[in-house]
Amino acid sequence: MSSTVMLDPTSELTPADRQILPRLETLKDATVGLLDISKPRGKEFLDEIEKHLISLGATVKRYKKPTFARVAPKELNQQISVECDAVIEGLAD
Amino acid sequence: MTQLSEHQFTVVIKKDCPTCEMIETVLAELIATYPGKVTIYVQDDPSFPESIENKIDDTSLEFSYRNNIEIVPTLICSSESKESARTYGWDKAEWRRLTNLSSLGESLDSFKPGCGSKTLEPGMEEQLIARFDDKLLSSRNIQLADLEDDAEGCYERGWSDGLPVIPPTRVRVIRMLKGTDRSPGEIIGNIPPDNAPCTIEKVAINAVLAGCKPEYFPIVLASVQAALQDKFCMHGLLCTTYFSGPVMIVNGPVVQQVGLNNGINALGQGSRANATIGRALQLLIRNVGGGVPGGIDRAVMGNPGKYTFCFAEDESDADWSTLAQDRGFERSESVINLFAGEGLQPIVDQKSRDPDSLARNMAASLRAVVNTKLYGVADAVLVVCPEHRRVFREGGWNKDDLKNALYDNLMTPGSELILGAQGIAEGMPEKFENKVIGKFRDDGLHITSTGSKAGMFSAIISGWVASGERGSQLVSQRI
Repeated sequence: MSSTVMLDPTSELTPADRQILPRLETLKDATVGLLDISKPRGKEFLDEIEKHLISLGATVKRYKKPTFARVAPKELNQQISVECDAVIEGLAD
Repeated sequence: MTQLSEHQFTVVIKKDCPTCEMIETVLAELIATYPGKVTIYVQDDPSFPESIENKIDDTSLEFSYRNNIEIVPTLICSSESKESARTYGWDKAEWRRLTNLSSLGESLDSFKPGCGSKTLEPGMEEQLIARFDDKLLSSRNIQLADLEDDAEGCYERGWSDGLPVIPPTRVRVIRMLKGTDRSPGEIIGNIPPDNAPCTIEKVAINAVLAGCKPEYFPIVLASVQAALQDKFCMHGLLCTTYFSGPVMIVNGPVVQQVGLNNGINALGQGSRANATIGRALQLLIRNVGGGVPGGIDRAVMGNPGKYTFCFAEDESDADWSTLAQDRGFERSESVINLFAGEGLQPIVDQKSRDPDSLARNMAASLRAVVNTKLYGVADAVLVVCPEHRRVFREGGWNKDDLKNALYDNLMTPGSELILGAQGIAEGMPEKFENKVIGKFRDDGLHITSTGSKAGMFSAIISGWVASGERGSQLVSQRI
């Protein structure tokens, strides 16, 4: 942990830990991004996920990181945030 | 060790003190006379004084802080762990009396003042309170992750209005609280829209976020109390789809004391006091009240003043009443006025040299508040620049004369204002068709004065469409 401690400026009605964004209530009519991190066989795995998502009514868009060793480029993050309601990142080993 | 020892004598010294250096022989004599009964605490260099063994390192200053050491050297006499007497500096007669040693320090002068304790160095007290007083503050601690940037951490936790904030560390909050005598735990009120109970401490944390100096804090506290007055209707003001937000106008000696701008660019950027005092209230409403744009705050567009909108009145003309005086306060009192308003509509008049012409021009511009055809729905603040004020004063007018002229000039036949009149669907209800109506309700037009000495540009701060008893009224709060 960092040595920096700050005092909470809020009413403390919500937990101190940062909260995850609201989850989608339905996949119907949602656009879901599938991010391939460029590890071998990721494509085959994501192909199967895509079939499931489509069967649940979602639209699927596919994306790919240039290399699994580095974080996704800013432009790719921005593109996904504009085009998708949710994203699934395929981490694998 | 924080308690006085069982030893009979405790001496607090620091190397960076000529008096402490001078009394080295005195300390040696004291220790020789009372073996095992003398404790020496050293604030800066525990190797000092070299001739004396078994000194206690107080570079953390915990002992000095907990025992309120203000000057070094300090000699404390104690029995059964309770202090019975103390002296500070070198006062030979007093040291001899307290130690019962009639020849102590024989070779030294009879008196030499000491030096300030390291606990009193500028900025040190807050550090020590933060380190050693764990009961003062009760807010939740937020621990940053490794490598987490503190400024970015504030953004990510949603504490910012969009501009960078000052990370609210314990030391900074303690420093802010030094701006008031009020207890950190005191509840100042419930902050809308969540109506969350708010302590003085929470106000201080948000004042730190906003960038306030501790000397601004009493003004911030007064602004919060003003916003919580029922007449101000902060809850509704926050929720509205309209543009408005709190506009602060400060009067009185505090303006000069903290350097609030009431001159060139008074409503613009560049003054820390103006910028941060106005911002502190908005951040408090966001963070404690939960009033977040897109959540409860439903403004269609908002206005830039919702970041901050605070200025001071130019009170240099003793014969022109201040806004605070209009509200029943004395000129000698410091007062903050809160108005639900937005934007700035200029009134250019570089030609009028008589009050009547200038008042007519101002009235014509005031007609545009909210809508040229909507009367009695919104209050306004007329901000008279010093050069326009001079025109009125040289013409023999005071503020009441101006206000009366404005009300008179704004009386308008309802036939010009009703729905559909002038080919404009918007307007007043048809029942006003055969009446002559005023633009503002009786207490709906406020006049203040600010700005630089050169330039004939006054301005209008337009009010919320829900002005008056059904919504918000201008409120004033003594600082």
